[in-house]
Amino acid sequence: MRHFSALIASLLLCLSLSAMAQQVTYDGHEFDTEQQRKTYAELISELRCPKCQNQNIADSNAPLAADMRERAYEMVMAGESKQAVIDYMVARYGNFAHYKPPFNVFTAILWVAPVAIALIGIFLALRLSRKRSQPVTLSDEEKRRLAQLKAEGKDD
Amino acid sequence: MSEEQPKRRWWVLFAPLIVFALLLVFLLKGLGSDPTKLESVLIDKSVPEFNAVDLFNNDKVYSQEVLKGGPMLMNVWATWCPTCRAEHAFLNELAAQGIPIVGLNYKDDSRAKAIDWLNTLGDPYTVNLFDPEGDVAFEFGVYGAPETYFIDAEGKIRYRHVGDVNARNWQNKLKGIYTQLQQEAQQ
Repeated sequence: MRHFSALIASLLLCLSLSAMAQQVTYDGHEFDTEQQRKTYAELISELRCPKCQNQNIADSNAPLAADMRERAYEMVMAGESKQAVIDYMVARYGNFAHYKPPFNVFTAILWVAPVAIALIGIFLALRLSRKRSQPVTLSDEEKRRLAQLKAEGKDD
Repeated sequence: MSEEQPKRRWWVLFAPLIVFALLLVFLLKGLGSDPTKLESVLIDKSVPEFNAVDLFNNDKVYSQEVLKGGPMLMNVWATWCPTCRAEHAFLNELAAQGIPIVGLNYKDDSRAKAIDWLNTLGDPYTVNLFDPEGDVAFEFGVYGAPETYFIDAEGKIRYRHVGDVNARNWQNKLKGIYTQLQQEAQQ
């Protein structure tokens, strides 16, 4: 019985120790908190490798992408916010380095064009369908011609 | 209805053609541009702060002050970079013409290799900065080698050239940029 309680006590100790440490490993890095790991994971999926054609730094194995991941990790561990890391990268590599470009004069077309094209499409579709659904009105001349054609048809 | 139809029709007919023409111009322009070339965001900004040791002498430390008092060029190079080898002879020529070029040795395989390169191929650089971890280059937004920065007399980055500097692009474009910086400095 004494052995058993000693075993329980040591198990509990192990559990509480591991809970206290709470260290998370991700992408070969160790993080103190789950929040840090989350911020880092978001950053490396949102930041874009400047050396590559359309790859985020998580997927790229270019040396520059590795440097950027390292920099992001260091900044996250130093307590910097996600936005601070993004601003840091954008200040050096431009908006190209972030997959969510800000709204400004140069990027406006990216944000506005899809909505504008959709609106134009809806507008045109509505206009065309309205035009078609208008009742057909015949002039006197046309009515006369129609009656004539009908009469001709009866003869056949 | 039949009265206004012919008037309206011409633009309805030509709209797709106009849209097509605009698209054609846009896409043709895209065809000619190189997607691997990025414009530097540091244009018209002062050179970033940094500390770097001399390639030949580990006790000698330089800061961003070394890039002031130009105009001058800063060339990012490494021995693992074949294009750097291709442009090296032309950099020697520019140096012989008296154009100051600061060399930034970027993440090279080893210091010995870099020194050996300069000893065998010639050293066009007025100052040799050693950046084994790429920390200095990161501040400049360097994304490959070679890259050449044009820095004016006040220490502002005015242009970044990505790829090799050669007789053709120097004559066509880069020389003009450098000459303009020189003229500004004299005023």
